[in-house]
Amino acid sequence: MLAKRIIPCLDIKDGTTVKGINFLGLKNVGDPVELGRKYAEEGADELVYLDISATNEGRKTFAELVTRIAENLNIPFTVGGGLSSLEDAGVLLRAGADKVTVNSAAVRRPELIDEIAAKYGSQFVVVAIDAKMIDGRWVVTTNGGKRPSERELFSWAYEAQERGAGEILFTSMDHDGTKNGYPCETFARLSERLSIPIIASGGAGSVQDIADVLTVGKADAALAASIFHYGEIPIPVLKRELHQMNINVRM
Amino acid sequence: MIAVIDYDTGNLRSVENALRRLGGEYVVTDRADLIRRADHVLLPGVGEASSAMAKLRERGLDEVICSLTQPVLGICIGMQLMCRHSEEGDARCLAIFDADVRKLPSDMGLKVPHMGWDTVLWGPEAVTEPNVPQADKPQQVCAALQKVSPLLKDLPVVCYVYYVHSFAPTLCESTVAVTDYGVPFSAALQRDNFFGTQFHPEKSGATGERILQNFLRL
Repeated sequence: MLAKRIIPCLDIKDGTTVKGINFLGLKNVGDPVELGRKYAEEGADELVYLDISATNEGRKTFAELVTRIAENLNIPFTVGGGLSSLEDAGVLLRAGADKVTVNSAAVRRPELIDEIAAKYGSQFVVVAIDAKMIDGRWVVTTNGGKRPSERELFSWAYEAQERGAGEILFTSMDHDGTKNGYPCETFARLSERLSIPIIASGGAGSVQDIADVLTVGKADAALAASIFHYGEIPIPVLKRELHQMNINVRM
Repeated sequence: MIAVIDYDTGNLRSVENALRRLGGEYVVTDRADLIRRADHVLLPGVGEASSAMAKLRERGLDEVICSLTQPVLGICIGMQLMCRHSEEGDARCLAIFDADVRKLPSDMGLKVPHMGWDTVLWGPEAVTEPNVPQADKPQQVCAALQKVSPLLKDLPVVCYVYYVHSFAPTLCESTVAVTDYGVPFSAALQRDNFFGTQFHPEKSGATGERILQNFLRL
């Protein structure tokens, strides 16, 4: 049976990991390659590396980093952050990324999804959507949740799928960072409307939160950052507990 | 020396990286002489079956591959091209394996493409393994699990591997491992010196590394 995926997300700035301090036995907690390998050994099913560098120099360092990640990691990994053109996607593909995420750039110019899917295949394009509830409506935001757009979550997710997205990575900006759990009903609606996998992001504070979004929320995968980076819920513990709840995870 | 066949169907980097991690010496090539001389041959592939098949034929590699006597491993589309026929683009393939490649059913409430980690069963012990639900083992699956392949040596009879595909080979005489996704399909095939995996061993963690190591030791 297809397993529900557990995906740690690593924020990268100028080639080093921003978070992640509670790992014993790591020579360099700042090294995204070593941290990624550690997660892979612990049972992570995939990894997401997000570039949060603000400078061109930082972005160049990131592409070099992707090459090193690909050389060292034996599980799939996705990269993203600031990707804005087909050329950017091509650079990351050639560096060895299995998938890329597009976010704000796709909201501004949705054809980007079609272009990447046509050239490199749907399996290569993950459309990341940051949305927040404004006046009872899920409004898609850009620039890390700062700018509300004209788009609405469900119609945008559907459009992204029709344009060739292979997966949707949805973050509720109302829940992100709260550690109070995911908006499971919204995830369930999204999953029922779409035929592509949904990755749930933002809000996990406990094993139960993750269990809920994978069952009630019908998500195919759960992505989290701080609960893993600070060792609050180690991946082997999370997977064992999910398994005991009869959720199908790769052990 | 390992020959990785390059027939212009996309990115071979993840296969190359996996070989490098295992310490294998390899060459990426479409030259028949280098492929014939190699100790092991890998046929990777991403993309669409009929155009991939056309690219093999353009280079005369269809005949070269069929005549090889050293161990040959097809991965994903590479393995599909070693079957009789693919529904994807109605492609006549190499017919090394007696399987046909069919589109995965999209009317079973399962998402297609089949993407992520799924279980693969192999060997007669999987039939009696208590952790595998009986529903996953209809008679045709049990029959297909009778053969043991050196490709899967030292692995548990049920393990997780990484898949990204919308088409898959049917069960046949050469099936050595099975995954069920709406329908049971050949997760791995073997006939004489020819091997194939529908999943991606180069992305399947420690399990995948073991499979590639097993292949390189043949």
